[in-house]
Amino acid sequence: MKALHPNALRLPLHLAARLWLALLLIGLWELTADAGPGSYFPPPSVIVRALHRVWFSGPASDFFLTEQARSDFPVSFGHLLSGWVLAAAAGIALGLLLGRSERAHDYLQPLLQLCRSVPPPALIPFFVVVFQLDTSMYVVTIAFGAVWPVLLNTLAGVRAVDPVKLDTARVYGMGRTAQLLRIVLPGAAPQIAAGLRIALGFGLILMVLSELVGTTSGIGARLVNAQRTFDIPSMWAGIALLGLTGWLLNAAFLLVENRLLRWHREN
Amino acid sequence: MLTIDALTHSYPGGHTAVDDLSLAVEAGELVTVVGPSGCGKSTLLRCIAGLQRPTGGRVLLNGDEIRDVPDSLAMVFQSYGRSLLPWLSVRDNVALVLRHRYGSRRERRAAALEALAEVGLADAAAKHPGQLSGGMQQRVAIARALAYGPKLLLMDEPFGSVDAQTREDLEDLLLALRARTPVTVVLVTHDIDESVYLGDRVVVLTGAPGRVLAELPVGLPADRDQIKTRQDPEFVRLRAEVGRLVREK
Repeated sequence: MKALHPNALRLPLHLAARLWLALLLIGLWELTADAGPGSYFPPPSVIVRALHRVWFSGPASDFFLTEQARSDFPVSFGHLLSGWVLAAAAGIALGLLLGRSERAHDYLQPLLQLCRSVPPPALIPFFVVVFQLDTSMYVVTIAFGAVWPVLLNTLAGVRAVDPVKLDTARVYGMGRTAQLLRIVLPGAAPQIAAGLRIALGFGLILMVLSELVGTTSGIGARLVNAQRTFDIPSMWAGIALLGLTGWLLNAAFLLVENRLLRWHREN
Repeated sequence: MLTIDALTHSYPGGHTAVDDLSLAVEAGELVTVVGPSGCGKSTLLRCIAGLQRPTGGRVLLNGDEIRDVPDSLAMVFQSYGRSLLPWLSVRDNVALVLRHRYGSRRERRAAALEALAEVGLADAAAKHPGQLSGGMQQRVAIARALAYGPKLLLMDEPFGSVDAQTREDLEDLLLALRARTPVTVVLVTHDIDESVYLGDRVVVLTGAPGRVLAELPVGLPADRDQIKTRQDPEFVRLRAEVGRLVREK
């Protein structure tokens, strides 16, 4: 028999060292929870079964998605993605403007501080009045909440760009646009990326919040619906689904970020 | 070629860095500027480069007053680590400044590789600046400056942040490159030996606010050697002279 390479055990051991407490707690939960119908804290196995039944028990040809998942996921994630992209575009553009122009900064900063102080969920009633329950309501709600981390991080990143690099660019004949695209934007990219990642989390929160209001489609709406019909396992399944989604989005973003900004980690 | 006429620069807040400084540099010359720290050497270079408008006096390049960064000028900064772009490969760092010179990306990259080969870094072209030593990074900055094809090259304490051995290598590299390309160089340094070793002429500035205290022609043969030149009586005489002037208040 071939001897096991010493490195072969490293990853499982590493994972075990990191995960044992979480697994232990989930195990305790499983053993102590009340599995009976109507329990407010059903054990994890019941939640996983509900998660599977409600969202992931569809035919293989549909990637195992149930009909409900196929109707809700595109709605919810469509809102999230559109809102996030809108927030990213607006946040980066405004951050560049404010970071590069002292005058724009002086004029707009108080106004932006004021807007930022408003908790985005407080604006949902207003957005409902303006946009009704149209897609734009969800997208604008998400964008309004998610824009701040992008804007503030872009602003900080742009202001931190090394003046020597800008001097270098000027000496070598780069105009303002070239400086912006080739020096300022890449220089601020690590901070912008951090802002975009935080914005993704904010966006997910606001996606759910906006779907709790008077709508019948989307993951958030299912969650409220399950709660109203006392289908506690399905409600928990929705919560677990959202938690998993948040974790997956963050992990996917980190993967892309690490790849694109490898130079930053190496410095 | 370069005429500095009664240059004065005061910063907001009242600090005068350069006061009534006049200097002329001939085409093809390598002039070193030396002076006590804080004598406005960097301010002088920034005004020549057009990065900063002087509060008084004029800088003329081939008879035209410098108002913005001239096309035919390149600059090597002391902090190579801050001047190179860490997100680009060494080759692309050089190629980036050639956008006005060559139409296609392929031509730019070829020219960049050629310039890197000139400074002995052909093998490092694909690396990123962070993967290179300080001396190698400054070589990249020099390659970038020369690839740009300047008539006038400004160097702001270019070898101030590298170790002694690397410093000597870079000094000789500069002399070798200059022998091959017709470029005028103004090099600022706080190192008295370096000012004499590299210069055709040494300009000594007074302490702040800076003005020209003395101009000393360097009567050494153009072909210089780290060991022999430094033993030359002319070198010894000049460095003593410059040293005395720098210490003079």
